[in-house]
Amino acid sequence: MDRLDILENQSIFIIREAFAQFRKVAMLWSVGKDSTTLLWLIRKAFLGKVPFPVIHIDTSYKFKEIYEFRDRLAVEWQLDLRIARNELAIKNGMGPEKSKFNCCMELKTNALKMALEQYGFKALYLAIRRDEHGIRAKERVFSVRDEDFQWDYKNQPPELWEQYKTTIDKQKHIRVHPLLGWREIDIWEYIKRENIPVVSLYFAKGNKRYRSIGCACCCIPIESKADNLDKIIEELKTTSISERSGRAQDKESTFIMQKLRSLGYM
Amino acid sequence: MPEKRKLLKFVIVGHVDHGKSTLIGRLLFDTNSLPADKINEIKKDAQGNSDLEFAHLLDHFEEERQQDITIDTTQVFFKTKKTDFVIIDAPGHREFIKNMITGATQAEAGILIVDVKEGIKEQTKRHAYFLSLLGIKQLVVVINKMDLVNYKKEKFMKLKQKIERFLNKIGIKPVSYVPVSCLEGENIVLKSKKMKWYKAEPLVKILDKLKNLPSLLFRPLVFPVQDVFKLDSRRLILGRVEAGILRKQDKLKVLPEGKIATLKSIEKYQKNLDKAITGESIALTFEEPIFIERGNILCHPQKEPKVKNRFLASIIWLAGEEFKKEDTLFIRCATQKTSCRIEKIFKKIDSVDLRIIKERDFKIKPLEVAEVLIQTKNPIVIEPFEKLAVLGRFVLERDEEVCAGGIILEKNKLCIYWVYLVFIMIPLVA
Repeated sequence: MDRLDILENQSIFIIREAFAQFRKVAMLWSVGKDSTTLLWLIRKAFLGKVPFPVIHIDTSYKFKEIYEFRDRLAVEWQLDLRIARNELAIKNGMGPEKSKFNCCMELKTNALKMALEQYGFKALYLAIRRDEHGIRAKERVFSVRDEDFQWDYKNQPPELWEQYKTTIDKQKHIRVHPLLGWREIDIWEYIKRENIPVVSLYFAKGNKRYRSIGCACCCIPIESKADNLDKIIEELKTTSISERSGRAQDKESTFIMQKLRSLGYM
Repeated sequence: MPEKRKLLKFVIVGHVDHGKSTLIGRLLFDTNSLPADKINEIKKDAQGNSDLEFAHLLDHFEEERQQDITIDTTQVFFKTKKTDFVIIDAPGHREFIKNMITGATQAEAGILIVDVKEGIKEQTKRHAYFLSLLGIKQLVVVINKMDLVNYKKEKFMKLKQKIERFLNKIGIKPVSYVPVSCLEGENIVLKSKKMKWYKAEPLVKILDKLKNLPSLLFRPLVFPVQDVFKLDSRRLILGRVEAGILRKQDKLKVLPEGKIATLKSIEKYQKNLDKAITGESIALTFEEPIFIERGNILCHPQKEPKVKNRFLASIIWLAGEEFKKEDTLFIRCATQKTSCRIEKIFKKIDSVDLRIIKERDFKIKPLEVAEVLIQTKNPIVIEPFEKLAVLGRFVLERDEEVCAGGIILEKNKLCIYWVYLVFIMIPLVA
């Protein structure tokens, strides 16, 4: 087995563990490359079917390409797509110009809280990876969030071998991270090998492309001529810039990601 | 065909402030594994201090940076010409041992780092002991901060001998001992010019020679069932091959009950396979209607692991509160889970000085190691850890929290217990 085979089999094992233990689960799909890869792996884990709902947290500020791609794939892959929006905050004009921290909290974290309350999921699949951000590198594969969504990062439960945390109090939920051990380049090589569809924003147009996508207002494209998968993979082999350098919410201050994550951010 | 690169995970352990996080920072920095903006971020955070805060590369929590400690285990990637490494950083404080163990159980090899001036300390011993218990026998000893002793050979040799004596007691024979200065980058990637007396290779070359765990491909089949998944009208048995090879039409025994069934299909998404090998996540169907559930272990008849409800094990007590006799526990081994009791405690060991603890009460305190007899409610499928790790390691849960990690020992010690009961205790009581 090569590196991608090892990663794929490992992720499928984790995906199946969480489903076997909790049943009432859902996946968070940001429609980016990582969560689309995760969705692909879930389809492989259950032989073509996604046996639980897929949640898209819609801040209303996403790129139009994201919405189009989402709706097309939802039909093609027969997804039980649930769209989570904090309508009240959107109506009241919440936006990144007020404060990026508050905007992420309201339109992402709180939108997710509402969806979780509404549907009562016990576990959520997320496509975070260790190499994206130092805070994400400290995550467990199965990670507990309390009723207020807080992450008790100073007291994480032990996770020995592949015995994951599976018993939780009623109000808590588990974040399941099947892609924790993947690197950015693994994702792209796997996308290429498996022919997984991705949003066109990742490919260069006029010497610019997005390396990480989210809300249109908080993502800055990078200088790049990579307009196909081979060129993206080649670019990643030589770049010395980190992946999320174009993401505004990571930049406000050194510990903002920790604060966002400890309060329930993805 | 591109050359197949080796993948290897190793954990860095050792006492507080002996330089674990700094070593990792140095490895990343000197092998050009860091993006430019990461280096700038660290320089910015160091705020004019002349030394780069390498430790900050991994210590990302606010509390970690302000107090210059590592709270939780982290994994980072770094690569050499030959190998893709995952480095697992482990915290050195006693309070965070469960995080260190979490890191260690993911590793194939370990680096034990020791400060040449401070020498062997509490967590040096405890970490090394836990690594040996958890089966990580491939160890590199790094003697750090050689710059503080003017790179003197005698200082290195003296400490090396002490460490050797200690590791001997716990059955570890290190791959090598390397004198380094993480701060000044001596003997990390390149051979140090300040320690010409050191004839062997620098650390990175030694890491390149570490070996992966032996493949289980040619061992008897072990297939723990994860789930039974209904797809349309079909019932698919989901799981991963943990050892051996599985072929279509194989007769399989379903443990612990022992029913036999014939394999009809081995499937993946849009694929029907003739065989599956160790490490593959697959779905199975059977010719006969047969009841299979999560926790069953599938194997080939006559090549079966053991089915037991009593066995001897070594456990590390991780919970903050001690074990008491009346505690109800659950054991989880591969995908199996059943309630269990600790029937007998044979001995308790202090995990720092390896002293046998004299109090023979029915309690196990935090971070003590104990040899125990475990009695499970339902029979479970196990093997001694030395023989087959996947069925030889387990966790114990109390009140829905993991409270201990353990490994299953060979049964000969259990025989000694029976001899003791039959020939000594029973006549005495009678």
